[in-house]
Amino acid sequence: MRFSTLLFAAAVTAAALPAHAAEKTLTVYTYDAFTSDWGPGPAIKEAFEAECDCTLEFVALDSSIGVLSRLRLEGENNKADIVLGLDLNILAEARDSGLLAPHGVATDALALPVAWDDDTFLPFDYGYFAFVYDTERLDSPPASLKELVEAPDDLKIILEDPRTSTPGLGLLLWVRAVYGDEAPAAWAKLARKTVTTTKGWSEAYGLFLEGEAPMVLSYTTSPAYHMIAEDVERYQAAAFAEGHYMQVEVAAMTKSTDTPELARQFLQFMLSPGFQKNIPTAQWMYPATDLPEGLPSAYDKLVDPAKPLLFAAEEVAAKRKAWVEEWLQAVSQ
Amino acid sequence: MPWWLPAGIALALVAAVVGGALTALGLAAPGLDLAGNLGDAYLWRVVRFTLFQATLSTLLSVALAIPVARALARRRFPGRGLLLRLFSLSLVIPTIVAIFGIAAVHGRTGWVNDLSELLGLGRTHYLYGLTGILIGHVFFNMPFIARILLQAVEAVPPETWRVASQYGLRSRDIFRLIEWPAMRTVLPGAAGLVFMLCFTSFAVVLTLGGGPKATTLEVAVYQALRFDFDLGRAVALALVQLGLCGAIVLAVLQLAVPGSMTLTEGRIYERPDRGGRLGRSIDTLAIVVALALVVLPLAAVAVAGFNPKTFEVLIDPRLWRAVGQSLVIALSAGVIALLLGGAVLVSSRILRHRLGRPGAAGRLELCASLILVVPPFVLATGLFVLLRPVADVFALGMPLVILVNALMALPFVVRFLGGPMMEEAQRHDRLCQSLGIGGWNRLRLVEWPNLRRPAALALAVAATLSLGDLGVVALFGSQDFATLPLLLYQAMGGFRMGEAAVVAAVLSLLCLALFLTIEWGLGGLKRRAHV
Repeated sequence: MRFSTLLFAAAVTAAALPAHAAEKTLTVYTYDAFTSDWGPGPAIKEAFEAECDCTLEFVALDSSIGVLSRLRLEGENNKADIVLGLDLNILAEARDSGLLAPHGVATDALALPVAWDDDTFLPFDYGYFAFVYDTERLDSPPASLKELVEAPDDLKIILEDPRTSTPGLGLLLWVRAVYGDEAPAAWAKLARKTVTTTKGWSEAYGLFLEGEAPMVLSYTTSPAYHMIAEDVERYQAAAFAEGHYMQVEVAAMTKSTDTPELARQFLQFMLSPGFQKNIPTAQWMYPATDLPEGLPSAYDKLVDPAKPLLFAAEEVAAKRKAWVEEWLQAVSQ
Repeated sequence: MPWWLPAGIALALVAAVVGGALTALGLAAPGLDLAGNLGDAYLWRVVRFTLFQATLSTLLSVALAIPVARALARRRFPGRGLLLRLFSLSLVIPTIVAIFGIAAVHGRTGWVNDLSELLGLGRTHYLYGLTGILIGHVFFNMPFIARILLQAVEAVPPETWRVASQYGLRSRDIFRLIEWPAMRTVLPGAAGLVFMLCFTSFAVVLTLGGGPKATTLEVAVYQALRFDFDLGRAVALALVQLGLCGAIVLAVLQLAVPGSMTLTEGRIYERPDRGGRLGRSIDTLAIVVALALVVLPLAAVAVAGFNPKTFEVLIDPRLWRAVGQSLVIALSAGVIALLLGGAVLVSSRILRHRLGRPGAAGRLELCASLILVVPPFVLATGLFVLLRPVADVFALGMPLVILVNALMALPFVVRFLGGPMMEEAQRHDRLCQSLGIGGWNRLRLVEWPNLRRPAALALAVAATLSLGDLGVVALFGSQDFATLPLLLYQAMGGFRMGEAAVVAAVLSLLCLALFLTIEWGLGGLKRRAHV
């Protein structure tokens, strides 16, 4: 029955709209965790196509940084209309590429904990870095970054490398935000508690779940996955008194897009419930706008940082190299 | 046909891919400042560590592979065949899966620590650090060397064993006079290959090495290319890697000695050194160590595959679509690699055997391996820059992955097929020349019956290697591309560690099944008697 209905609908559509064959395509460069069947991509594609009269095509690259480097490699001749999934720490480089255009979208709907008035980049989700711990192995986790740094060395943690991963770079900035120029000394103490520093989040989190350490660098929202998808309360994030460093994921339209209206329509759609409602339970981050139906109840149990920490993108761009160098010195002693 | 033509074609392909990618990237870099990039202290610290861990890993892999190969050569025990097939799996397992498998055995909550606690010895942290790097690299590479060495020992003509029996040679003398000379003909090539694999190791060194002290050149390349988007530095570092590895492996190859073979009447004689309590203990120990280092992590991967998600993943059509696509890539890449490897060896065999230039032959075979030391990120980015102006990179995705995988598997084909092809030439080349048997007839009547087993082994290794590869296409970007390793990474990226574990187990079992099918289907169940 359903199939014949579909067939009928298709026939009617085809007859009524002969120009439909030339329907527009919107190409979105993003990373593969976003488009995979476990990510929010498929539902978002369906929802947007239902209202845009177009085809949404995702080009899935290996990482957020891969999206930017692909754009830079292609330069003016890129095929993207939208790039989606850049994080704050590469914004300055993305802006300097000169390949992105102002979005021209009203940002009233945004509900970020920090003010946002960038005319090129539009956020679609955000989160906070945090140490996730195993409640079965750790009764009282450190209550601040300083407590973690000063904890006895037998408290073991797993970290990601700031040279190769986003959370790793996040922690580097977090430590810098809390300790300032004293960061190297703090890193030297953290290094003694570090079981290992992995290439990316997947290795670190997988080793944590295998029991290699009771704490791992991840996000405040990671426990939501375990509570919602697995009904497990065992893994929780530790609230740190100094505040948590933020991650904001943004999208932008390209200068070279041949369908600027459609690109703008997508960016508008991005701030609507049709897009945003997929963020908490498929991307496991906070939506960038308030949701009509609110957040899933598991989100009420998450750590809510009193104070979001964030450096300006330009400052990160200017100092990242020096800070990475400083970290390398401190942890290689 | 001139003797150099087959190898020429194969190596032209390697050169086109590697050279094309590096040149395209170098030209895209604004102002390539080679000298400026090679001056900093960080870089040389990284190079020193890379050399140190690669050398140590290779030496340890060789040191363990020799007794293991010996034990496998002189013992027959239940499960020996299976063990040999499992040996071929370790090279194939995606690094991230191997890391989890190794952690499940050697980690803080691993099996070894469970046992140690049971015995009242408590838990110890021994994995992360240099130990971890060595455990990881031995897991990947020792089985490969052991198989190559075993192949060489098994090719010792039966008459030699008869003579050994007649003289009543003891185990030690047999090793010194018979086995070691046989091993020496193939060991430098195999060790050189392993050195390159360890040199370019990235995630294993970083993760099991315990921290940023354990940084290889490959990490620096990744950093330069991805985070800093410094194409010039990435190319410069890739050239350093290529140059250093090339030079070192070339030096190692100087240790190679050409094998000498006598004509054989082909009857099987027993080895005289199967008795003896000491020998038996040593062999048992070698097998046990091999089981612990190689088979236990593989078992951990298989065990992790049985979890509450198993059924759900197994009935998921996406899994089977990925299986299908992976098989197409694996078999195509495997066949191409076998043909290319055969081509390189036809030429190098003539160089070595008829023209008496074993050194040149070794260098020729080395050229076929150099693609292994080009960092995959550099290769993928370079190919992208190279091809984008002339073709639709999406449409090229599948053929490109097959080609690159075939080239990556080429060095392994050369190692597995090289020994037997040289041996074959020594046995029959003069005879064939004097009888005027050549071309198709020689291949069909003389070469194939004797080479089908090693050829099947080489094809099986090449195909399974491609099965486990993530593929450069993951770096290009794709919509419809779905292979098992890609599915695995996607599952992990979305917190789905349970699903990822099932995919990893399916991948391993598929490798094993593919391996057995090729070996039995193409190689024939029984060893054929020599002509």
